[in-house]
Amino acid sequence: MIVSVASGKGGTGKTSVAVNMALSIGNVQLLDCDVEEPNAHLLLNPNMHSTEPVYVLVPHINEELCAHCGECAKFCQYNALFSSPEKILFFPELCHSCGGCTLACPRQAITEEKRSIGALKFGAVGELKLVYGELDVGEPMAVPLIKAVKKQIENNKNVIIDAPVGTSCPVIETVRESDFCVLVTEPTPFGLHDLKITVEVLRKMGVPFGVVVNRAGIGDNKVYQYCNEESIPILLEIPYQRKIAELYSKGVPFSLEMPEWKEKFQALFSEIKRLVEE
Amino acid sequence: MKQLTILSGKGGTGKTTLTASLAVLARNAVLADCDVDAPDLHMLLHPEVIKTQEFKGSKLAVIDKTKCDNCGFCREKCRFDAITEAIEVDPVACEGCGVCAAICPSDAITMTERVSGYAYISKTKYGFMAHALLSPGESNSGKLVTLVRQNARILSEKENSDLIIIDGPPGIGCPVIASVSGVDVSLVVTEPTMSGIHDLQRALQLIQHFNVKPLVCVNMYDINKDNTDKILGFCEENSIKVVGKIPFNPKVTEAMVNGKTIVEYAPESDVAKEIENIWKSCKDSF
Repeated sequence: MIVSVASGKGGTGKTSVAVNMALSIGNVQLLDCDVEEPNAHLLLNPNMHSTEPVYVLVPHINEELCAHCGECAKFCQYNALFSSPEKILFFPELCHSCGGCTLACPRQAITEEKRSIGALKFGAVGELKLVYGELDVGEPMAVPLIKAVKKQIENNKNVIIDAPVGTSCPVIETVRESDFCVLVTEPTPFGLHDLKITVEVLRKMGVPFGVVVNRAGIGDNKVYQYCNEESIPILLEIPYQRKIAELYSKGVPFSLEMPEWKEKFQALFSEIKRLVEE
Repeated sequence: MKQLTILSGKGGTGKTTLTASLAVLARNAVLADCDVDAPDLHMLLHPEVIKTQEFKGSKLAVIDKTKCDNCGFCREKCRFDAITEAIEVDPVACEGCGVCAAICPSDAITMTERVSGYAYISKTKYGFMAHALLSPGESNSGKLVTLVRQNARILSEKENSDLIIIDGPPGIGCPVIASVSGVDVSLVVTEPTMSGIHDLQRALQLIQHFNVKPLVCVNMYDINKDNTDKILGFCEENSIKVVGKIPFNPKVTEAMVNGKTIVEYAPESDVAKEIENIWKSCKDSF
């Protein structure tokens, strides 16, 4: 089973929920797909045992064959190629690796070569396996790296995926093929507004979901009203407690210091399983 | 004209709360909400929309089933897994590259325009505002950010405003790069948590990569004073100016629930006073 943990608004507690759930159940593989700002490892203190570079394919232009006809630049939808009579300019950060330019070139002057955009990192905490991606600073495109992290999915495991923030392409790539998505929100106007957008995305994608309300007790009750009206299950409430906030600030998963929460996260996972099997 | 982008790396550190307050204090700045997939600034500034623009991001492949002979060549060549086994286009996965249309032996595929969101030009009590909303499940947020920034620039020229305040998205990827490239100053809002520190460092690297002057402020600094000291130490070592330390105060959430900025809702609060200091330091840095 693949369960992703997402949130439209940042800082609502995605990573905290993903890590605490992962630590509370057995046979887990945790994937951190927030490759722009991966944080799960900061809470887990894993033994990291290996790193692998992640590449995308980009065009390589053989200047001897190139007639500067400009067909490649005309084809490229991302303005990654610019053709002048003397030279073809290539802007690697804009390239989506579609391979279209190699097809468009009438002289077969374009081949593809690898370009590194970040790394996959592998580690473990006891039996818990962790894989995360780390995008090189200055690289705009997270999606290819997210795909690389997801290729590591082990199907016989309880796979928990920590998703990036927001609702656009990196999130969509992350939650695609998930059996269930946990939406973490907080009971504030910002939390509710961004939750509504995320719900629309998940409904469009057909991924089943439920809500975890974090920092319950702050703000107002409109998140509850909304979930009630939309028949969205509220799977867990985590109250606002200074102790939880302080443990998080130190990088300590709170279920380790507050053992009553281990059971609550186990119950959360069982409930998700029940909903998926239904 | 100067441009200031509020960033954080990590989400939920208080970017929008701070941006909205700076908008109030700045008077007559042009505001730009560049968090186009989950914009929140409008909930504090209550813009009145004057103009709506369609945003056409990437194209979308459409298969004419009367011409398609299900050869599957498109599915084989698509790098985005956007063509299903039934030879249908998955609009969420399609990035509009046009490879399928170019190689289809039956000429059954055309590339069509798609509206991926809307950009807005609005008026607020505090100045004009450029903002946008990416439609759920659409890509190209970086391009939409660029459109919002263009609109903000046009507004600032028209209105003779000498400052654009930009609320940036979280992360360090394409919409963040589009929000920070070419601005004068970027203020990073962080929090004294392990994640906050980690993400701050990556955000600062990005800002420096684009030759933008960085400033830092620590929000909810009293949640973990040891970590706050670590942030201050790190900034000092790297000659980065820390413009403020905002205390934790439940009034900030109360203000949000009431749809108000903290500097208006509780002007005498410790948070509002510190934000005034931050605003002064930002002005000095231009």
